Formats: sequence, structure tokens, C-alpha cells
Amino acid sequence: MESKSRIDILSLILFVAIAALGVASVYSATYELGAESILEGRSGKQLMWFGVSAAIGVIIFLLNANFFEFFSMYFYVALMLLLVVVLGIGSDINGARSWIKIGSISIQPSEFAKYGTAFAVSTLLSSIDFSWNKGKDLIKIAAVILLPMGLIILQGDTGSALVFLSFFLVFYREGLTPAIIVIGLVAVIIFVLTLMFTSMYFSGGVVVLFLIFYAFTYSNKKLLIPSLRILGIVVLFSLSVQFLFDNVLQKHQQKRIQVTLNLIEDNQGAGYNVNQSKIAIGSGGASGKGFLNGSHTKGNFIPEQETDFIFCTIGEEGGWVYSTLTIGLFMAFILRLYHLGNRAKKKFKRIFICSLASIIFFHVIVNVGMTIGLMPVIGIPLPLISYGGSSVLAFCIFILTALKMDASRDGDLVSTYA
Amino acid sequence: MNKLRSKYIYFAVVLIGFIYILRLFQIQVLDDKYVNIAERISLRKQTVYPQRGLIFDRNKKLIVYNDPVYDLMVSVPIRLKGIDTAAFCQLLQIEREEFDTRLAKAKRASYRGKSVFQKNITNLIYARVQERLFEFNGFFFEIRQDRNYKYNSAAHLLGYLGEVNRNELKAQSEVYYEQGDFNGKKGVERFYENELRGVKGEEYFYVDKFGVARGSYKEGKLDREAIDGNNLLLSIDIALQQYGEKLLDNKMGSVVAIEPQTGEILALISSPFYNPEKFNIQNRGKFYNMAINDPTKPIFNRAVSAPYPPGSTFKPVMALLGIEDGAISKNTHFGCQGYYRLGRRIIKCHGHTFSTSLQRSIASSCNTYYCNTFKNMMQLEKYKNTEAAYNSWQTYLRSFGIGNKLGIDISGEYRGWLKDAAFYDKMHGAGRWNYARIISLSFGQGELGLTPLQIANIAASIANKGYYYTPHVVRQLENMESIPEKYLVKNYTMISPDNFDPVIEGMQEVTISGTAAHIAIPGINIAGKTGTVQNPHGKNHSAYMAFAPVENPKIAIAVVVEEAGYGSAWAAPIAHLMIERYLMGDSIGPSAREYLEKKMIDSDLIPYKYKSSRNKSLYGK
Repeated sequence: MESKSRIDILSLILFVAIAALGVASVYSATYELGAESILEGRSGKQLMWFGVSAAIGVIIFLLNANFFEFFSMYFYVALMLLLVVVLGIGSDINGARSWIKIGSISIQPSEFAKYGTAFAVSTLLSSIDFSWNKGKDLIKIAAVILLPMGLIILQGDTGSALVFLSFFLVFYREGLTPAIIVIGLVAVIIFVLTLMFTSMYFSGGVVVLFLIFYAFTYSNKKLLIPSLRILGIVVLFSLSVQFLFDNVLQKHQQKRIQVTLNLIEDNQGAGYNVNQSKIAIGSGGASGKGFLNGSHTKGNFIPEQETDFIFCTIGEEGGWVYSTLTIGLFMAFILRLYHLGNRAKKKFKRIFICSLASIIFFHVIVNVGMTIGLMPVIGIPLPLISYGGSSVLAFCIFILTALKMDASRDGDLVSTYA
Repeated sequence: MNKLRSKYIYFAVVLIGFIYILRLFQIQVLDDKYVNIAERISLRKQTVYPQRGLIFDRNKKLIVYNDPVYDLMVSVPIRLKGIDTAAFCQLLQIEREEFDTRLAKAKRASYRGKSVFQKNITNLIYARVQERLFEFNGFFFEIRQDRNYKYNSAAHLLGYLGEVNRNELKAQSEVYYEQGDFNGKKGVERFYENELRGVKGEEYFYVDKFGVARGSYKEGKLDREAIDGNNLLLSIDIALQQYGEKLLDNKMGSVVAIEPQTGEILALISSPFYNPEKFNIQNRGKFYNMAINDPTKPIFNRAVSAPYPPGSTFKPVMALLGIEDGAISKNTHFGCQGYYRLGRRIIKCHGHTFSTSLQRSIASSCNTYYCNTFKNMMQLEKYKNTEAAYNSWQTYLRSFGIGNKLGIDISGEYRGWLKDAAFYDKMHGAGRWNYARIISLSFGQGELGLTPLQIANIAASIANKGYYYTPHVVRQLENMESIPEKYLVKNYTMISPDNFDPVIEGMQEVTISGTAAHIAIPGINIAGKTGTVQNPHGKNHSAYMAFAPVENPKIAIAVVVEEAGYGSAWAAPIAHLMIERYLMGDSIGPSAREYLEKKMIDSDLIPYKYKSSRNKSLYGK
């Protein structure tokens, strides 16, 4: 049963608004005195990519509603192959081998890999006999995610690999026990404390706490064994964190983490970007310095200011008003996407759209967080705003695919909400 | 269950959005730390230096003009990157090690801000570097005004500029100068600093991380235009000044010429002199030590700073005081046997007729006449004792500006030596000295020291018959209603105008039948007085004081030539040549007095002991 496509107008408006904000920001971030118009230079290129996306969008909307579900795994496989290819023939940019050059255009397959992985995850989770309690299913789902993550880490782009962690939000939504998330949070806390105090002091502190705990509960013999077990795990984890941090992470990665945790002050080296970006955003004040008038942006003090650090331009020139507007637009868009996911009748569509919402959510948290010093510097773009053809194209196709799925929901059979 | 979980997710999205917005509120609205940091980093204030006022002579001939100097600045030394250092060093003609040292120094001076990389770059190198400056991100030029000079002349009077020093920076009541600014250090440059300097302007720029300007701040709303300094018209006649310098070349000494009706300085020469160009900002570093180490003290402004006993040039003043005080009358004669006896001491005189009138005493420079006059004065009945008589004598002298700073508008003026009675009380004991102890004051020796300026001022006071205007070198200040008030009021001496006539007659006889008769100038009546100043350290100083024309004095002049001999031999001819040049201008040919002029110009009177250590490159072009 085919029905007419009704695109969700609110999402579309938010989508276009964010994209427009993005083009204006790129224009400002790359603006030179007496330079070209918004249609030229990098902002012009950015506009062109939105144009290409619109054209692809038209094609997407002309496709059969079930096309994506049917070819889901092919997308995944094709894009994973691309990740393998880039390892072979990719070219190095900024120390990462993430780019495939075709003529004058460079494509970054890792941006598209999220799209493909969302298909695979949706297919797996929506299969009729999937269960979180089956080991085989867990292995499958882990493999689907770890494959692109591993390939992208091999490219040398840890930031992009971390994005795949956003699928855990989807898994939680789809019934994965929150214990995993709680354990994850505890692990992060141990990680941070270990780096702050070294594993020796941390372990010592934990042992002291355990002895105090034991003094109060020594009458209860049943508690002793399990609590000793937990103590052992915590100490072991802390020791391994220390070991991994010292021996596995590279120097610049160690520094980035330390800078974010305020463990070291390094405004010239690893902390330079964050410091400059905080200065740029902070100096914007309530209402900003005005479009094209950001002295810090214009002075090129912030590296990557039209890509990963684009939020600085918005914060400096638009002030708190525009920063809030930007975050508001993103939050509204993300909430709307989750809503579209939740109202989908097909589980496949629901998971796919929620994956998109989670990925955007992750990008925004990390990207904005790093510019205002709440997150370590992880080089991932701000969706639809950061300059970059691959990122824009991948997100647009992702979003338009999701909107197409939502638009064609009338024809779907009602599925369970489980 | 999943419905609840998706609600949790909604909640997480809203919560995190909220946290971020609050964090942004904190750093953007609440905390203004970042605004300050950003301005410090990306805003640069550039000082716009005004044109310093130009300096002209009394005939509106330009003497001093501005010459830009360029300081090569480096901004944000820590972020110099991608510069072709080798090419840069070659352009600047420096070694690589030098480059590194300077950069390290700049970093120490200011890690993030601008600092000087090379000071005072010449026009030639500036042009070469400026052309390619765009290749060297982080370097830029600051332009300031140095001085240059149309004439190799009047260095002492004009003075020079230098960087403001730490004390001056601290002392300013209203902050105007910044480290590295120039101000006048000597001469009129110093005295008229506030009028000449103008007002600095400011421009605000945004700079990028390499320190390259990226556009004006707030469309230039905060910018201030520089206001150029006022031009200064001096009273000196640069031609006369140059002529005097020519005459004094290779001599140690001084000439000061004043226009008596106004107190305007016509020429003020101190020799040895130096080329003012050698002491501007660009060159002084190379020549300063040379000048300091020269034993003839070329930067010492003898005209206003060096006290000399006036010698016999003091006699007209003594005569005036004697008449005014009643010690002698206009008709007093004293006999002279060729010496003045003071107990067993004898003060020699020169060969002249036995009986001298007041006029002849001046014309022939009779010591005896003035010893008698002084003795009479010190023993006048109206005075209780010698102390009182001496103090009265001293007070008369002060009314001529002797023993005090006159208040000329160039720096370094010295008040000279004139002791009061207490000095002699201390030396000999109160009441235990009389005229005999200080008799040599009567002919300008002893504890008396006058600067050439003060001697010239005496000549002007006599020419005016009883008053003088404080000598000054300013004639007109642009944008000012008048020159400073104190230069417009008459200062009266304590001598009545009538009493000047016999003294002026005597001084006129000096050039007709007296000690300077041999160099009389046909057609100009000159009143003069020679002086041969005893000098315990070497040959006598040659001194002369005069004014002319007697009927309507236009120029009063004092000349001192150190260690040269008789006043009539050097100082007087130089003064007469100056007077002639000033009064006749270019209309006189050198013919009549060619020999005298040539002799003055060509003679080298620098004492032999100094000759080997003199450095002529200070003077040359």
C-alpha cells in the first residue's frame, strides 16, 4: 500500500535554519577584508554541497518507501568497504589517513560510515528474533559497531570513531540494561580520579574507604566477599587505566585529556585551541560583536575555526543570544527527530531515526563542549554548520533519508512499541 | 519500559542543552575576563606621531625639519613562523645569530605584545624591507620623527632630541610620554618641548595572530588624529650665526650677539661646536662618546654655561657703579704711573698718559683708575663698613643680571660667580678684610665669573642706557598670541640713564683711539671694551664687549676666545667682523678687511695639549 509522502515541516524548517546559520558562520569564519561574497569561497562551496544534498534528497523522496530497509545491509557493506579502501589509497591530511581524492574533491568515508552503521544496527535490532539476552546477537551488534570504529581508529581519527558510542543511546532506548551505562559512568569517574591522583593514591584511597566501610559492617559477614570483589575490580581497573594512559595513548592525546580535566595548564600547546576558543566565545558577551566583526575570528587566532571550531565564530559574533539560539535549534531538532522515531510504526525506521538523533546529539555535545572547555578536544564537526563537504553531504543524506522514512509512515503496518 | 526510556532521553537532551546554555551564560555574560583577554590579544593601539614643529631663523629661513625614522617592530614574537630568515637577515644586513639574539630579546620584553626588533632604520633599508614586508608576517614599521638640519650650524642653541628617560616618564603629571617616545633634551628643543611636540594621535586596529593589522576597531570611533606641533621662529640670524662659527672655527670660546631693543639673540655660538646632524636620533649613538671624550668639550655650551672672569670688559660697569654710587664723578681724573701701589703689592697698568679721565680710562684700559674707584666705593662714608659697601656693589651688579640666571630660553644656563660679603667673612674673618683684599674685582678678576651671555647682556644694557630685555631666542611661536611674557618686560639696572653717556663715550674711544682702534670699521660707530683675562691654567683669555651703532644700537655683542692672548688681538676683531656683517649684510665685500677676516678664520688657537685628542668628524658633514 503506497501513500503520498508528507514531509515533516517542523524538522525541515529546523534543518534549513541550522544549515543557513552554518553557511553564514562559514562565510564569517573565512571572511577576509574586501573579500568575495557569500556565494564564493568556502561558504559558496558549503552552499554548493547543500545544493547537491537537495538534489539527492529529491531522488531519495522519489524512491520506494521500502527501498532503504531492503538494501540496508548493502549500504553498510559498501561503506565499510570504502573505509578499507581509504586505508589503502587514502591521503594524509593533518596526520589522519581519512580522505579519498577523486579529482579535486576529497571524500571522507568515515562521515558516511555512521549512515551505513545506522542501517546495519536498525536491521539487526529490528529483526524478529533479536534479543539482548542472546550472546550471538550481542556479538553481532558489537561487531557491527566495532568494525567501523576499528577501521577509523586505524585511519588515525579517534574522534570520529568515538561517535559510534552514540549508538549506546539507541541500545538503551531499545532495551539494553542501563547497568551498562551506570558501569560506564563509574568507569569514567575512576578514569578521571586515577589521572588526577595516579592509580597508587587512588587505590590507597579506595582501600581506606573500604576499611572504614568494613568497620561499620563487619558484623555482616555476607557483605565481605562481594565487596572485596568490587574493591579488586576497581583497583585493577585503575591500574590498567594508568597503564593504558601511559603506554597506549599518544602524547598529544594524553595532553588533551589532561587539559580538559584541568590537570595541566598548557595554553600554548595542547590547550591553545581551547583557550583561544574560550576567549573568542567569552568575549562575545551577551549580544556579540556583530556579524563579520569578531576580532578573534578575523585574527585567525583559532585553528580550524571554520570546521571543528565553528562555534567560536557564532559565540563571538552572535554572543550569548546566538549561542543559545544555535543550541536551542539543535535541541529542538534532536527532540523532533526522536519524536519522529518514536512515532514510526516500523521498528526499523524507529531505530534508524533514533540513531540519527543520537549521533547528532553526540556531535553537538562533544563539539560545543570542547569549544567551551567542557569536553576534551575531539575533532568532530558540528553537524550542518562546520565547513566540510563530506560531513554536510553525509548528514544531509542521513537526515533526508530519515525524513523520507517518516513521510512514508502512513503505509507502514503498525508495529509493537516494544 | 521503552516509552519511559525515550522520555529519559528527551530529558537528557533538554538537560544537557540547558547546562550548555548556562555555561555559555557564565563565560559570555557573567565573566568579563575573556573580553579583556581578547582585547589584549587582538587589539593593537598604534600611536600616530605628529609632525614636530619646524624651526626657522629670524628671516624665516628653515633651519630644522623632520626626518622620519623607522623602527622595525615585531609583534607576538612567539608566533613567528614560516619566515625566510636568511632572506630577512640579508635585507636587514644582519647575521643569523644577531637575528636570534634580537628575537630572544623581543620575547623577553614582551611575549605576546609588540617590541622593537631594530631601531632607527635608515631610509634606504626601510625602502628595501618595506617592499617585501608582506613576506615576513609579524614584522611592521613604526614611524617617528627625527630631526634634520638645513645648516651645519647652531647645534648648541637648537639642542637635540632623545628618548624620554625613566625619570621623565615618572615625573610627568599627566601621562603623555610612553617608553620610546622622543623629547627635547637640550637647547630650544627642550625649552619649547610642549609647543614643538604637538599631540600624539591614536589608531586602533585589530590584528591577527601574526600581528598583521586586519582593519580598524569600531570603524575608527576611538581613533584620534595627531595634532602637529607649533612652528618656532627663532630670533637668530642663521647667516650671522654661520659667519660667527666660521670665525671661531678651531678656537675655544663663544660669541653672543643680542638685539638691545628687544633682547633677541642674533647669534649664540660656542666653539668647538658639532654638526647638529651628528646628534640626531639616528646618529647620536655613534658620536656621543666621541664628543664626551673630547677634552675641548664640544657639547658644552660655553655661551650660557661657562663662567669667565670678565677682565677689563668689566671696567665700564665699574665706572657706571662708581658714578652712580658717588665714588667718582663724570669728571674724575686719576693719575697713573703705570702701576697701582697697594702697600708692597703693585698692580701693573699699561703704558698711557699720566692723568686719565673716565673716558680715557676706558679707552686705554687703565687698571689704576678702577682700583681707585673701587677703593673709594668701598670706603664711602654712607656705608658702615666694607661689608655694607661690598654688598651694595654686589647689588648693583645683580641689577645687570650678573650672578643670576638671566632666564634665556635654552637649557643649561649657569648663573656665574658673584660672591656676597658673607663669603669673604668666611674666608678672612668678619671685619678682617677691606678693599685691598678684593681689589682685583675692580678690573674683572678674582671671584667673579660671567657667562658670555651675561657679558653680552651688559653690553645691551649699556646700549639701552639702563635696561635690558631678558635675552631670548624665540621670536614668534605659531598658534600662540605672543612669546612668553617675561621676554616682553624691561629689566632696569640701578644706574640712571644720564650716567651712561661718559661711559659710552669712553667705549667709543676704544675703537677710535683706544685698545681696538686698529680694527675700527669705517662708517660704523662702535662702542667696545677689550679684556685680557688672566688665566692661571694657560694663556690669557681674549675678551671683548661692544655694541653698535652708537647712535642707535642694533647689536650688542660679547666675544671670549679661550687661551688666545690679548682681547684686542682676537675677540675684538671677531666682534667687529660680526658687527660689520650684521649691520652691512652682504653689501660689504670682503675686500677692505679681507686680511683680518682670513686671519681670524684660518687661525687655530686650540691649545696644543688638546690637539691630538680632538675629533673633527663631529663637525664635518
